[in-house]
Amino acid sequence: MKVDIKKFCILTLALALTAFGNSTFAQHDDHAQHEHAEGHDEHNQNEEHGGGYDPVATVMHHIADANEFHVWKDVHIPLPVMLYAPEQGWTTGLSSMFEHGHTAVDGYVLNHGRINRVADPSFPTGEVHVGHIDHKVETTEDGKEKDVYYVNYENESYKLDAPSTLDGGMMGGGITSFYDFSITKNVFTMLLAALLLIFIFNAVARGYKKNEGKAPSGIQSFFEVFFVFMRDEVTKPMIGEKHYERFQPFVMTLFFFILFCNLMGLIPFFPGSANVTGNIAVTLVLAVFTFIVVNLNGKKDYWQHVFWMPGIPGWVKIILTPVEILGLFIRPFSLMIRLFANISAGHIIILSLIGLIFLFGDNGANTGGAAAGAVVGGLFTAFMNLIELLVAALQAFVFAILSASYIGAAVEEHHHDEAHAH
Amino acid sequence: MGPIGAGLAALGAGIGIGLIGSKAMEAIARQPEAAGDIRSNMILVAALVEGAALFAIVVGLLG
Repeated sequence: MKVDIKKFCILTLALALTAFGNSTFAQHDDHAQHEHAEGHDEHNQNEEHGGGYDPVATVMHHIADANEFHVWKDVHIPLPVMLYAPEQGWTTGLSSMFEHGHTAVDGYVLNHGRINRVADPSFPTGEVHVGHIDHKVETTEDGKEKDVYYVNYENESYKLDAPSTLDGGMMGGGITSFYDFSITKNVFTMLLAALLLIFIFNAVARGYKKNEGKAPSGIQSFFEVFFVFMRDEVTKPMIGEKHYERFQPFVMTLFFFILFCNLMGLIPFFPGSANVTGNIAVTLVLAVFTFIVVNLNGKKDYWQHVFWMPGIPGWVKIILTPVEILGLFIRPFSLMIRLFANISAGHIIILSLIGLIFLFGDNGANTGGAAAGAVVGGLFTAFMNLIELLVAALQAFVFAILSASYIGAAVEEHHHDEAHAH
Repeated sequence: MGPIGAGLAALGAGIGIGLIGSKAMEAIARQPEAAGDIRSNMILVAALVEGAALFAIVVGLLG
């Protein structure tokens, strides 16, 4: 066994050494250029980065939402688009009408998979062929650097607006000249996860009707493990014997929805590949659900503990009440950030490891380097994917158990003669 | 400065979660029959520590 590992190390080292020394085999053929950035069309990539490989841009493009599924090279799966601009009303269709950025429809252009809009009224409506898209980094009035894109049309360059977001400029977005209500990759994957959940859990429910009093069968046996675990380890101890049944469906729905979205995000091709739970808007909505459920079910004791904590001196209450009120909002906020950051970080690590192939391979110029990158990156990617499988289940579980513990704190009835640590 | 802060936050969370893990292992070694309870509490507390670190990382990388 020892010898095997040694041999393996020497082989890997030799491979890496020959690979790096091998730039004489430099290839500039079109094929390598095509393959280097799975998600970009080579057209945009070359214009923007002068043919070089920009790992950060590629990673950010892959974790972002998109209006079409990119399969490979020029193969895309179009998705329906629904766009609204106050001046010109609704524009609907399939994202294939943009021809991956080569055609503008009513001023809308596909930029790196996302729909952008030319707000300039002098830009022609209807379908027109447009040139390449330029990327510039501009500094805004408050000193922040912002990516701005320009589209070329008949030797003029027009500024592109990104879709509106409701973050109030906090995440670099804000209300722009149009709204994007399309079924994007993320929306599609969420709908698919919801449909899968409905289909699977109806089958399981039918199983419980059919096998009443008998052993479970089929898919029911697989999911019963999860149900029993969620009931006995999560809702019962966290919410308490008295109330747990009321909240069981909510906690289970959170768990399974997040789990399915996480797992689908790990599939690198068509039905998956969307970074749903790594999108802060999705996790925000999930956290808001928890916030609403917790606070609508807050008992008298819960609100008393927030506004006027019993059993402590008056002057401490004055300090503690603002902290508790802040805590009401910090708890769902941390749920949102935790899920978003964990899943995004996992995707970024995997994409960075894959990016090693293009970095070592000098963007297609060095085949040996690319091979070494493929060996190193590939092994680490396989390892990271296994860790991500764990993280997918763990984060769904953590979201569910924390939601359950917040609900438990809200519905709990205290006995005030007891000393309690809140 | 942002990336340095993010790295420091990861360092702090690493120490914190390491301590949780080590204490949980000790506890399981002392009382193997309570392993299930200890494990789920360990994950819960680790998630809370991690939440604080992720705040710092997100703020560090955005700001």
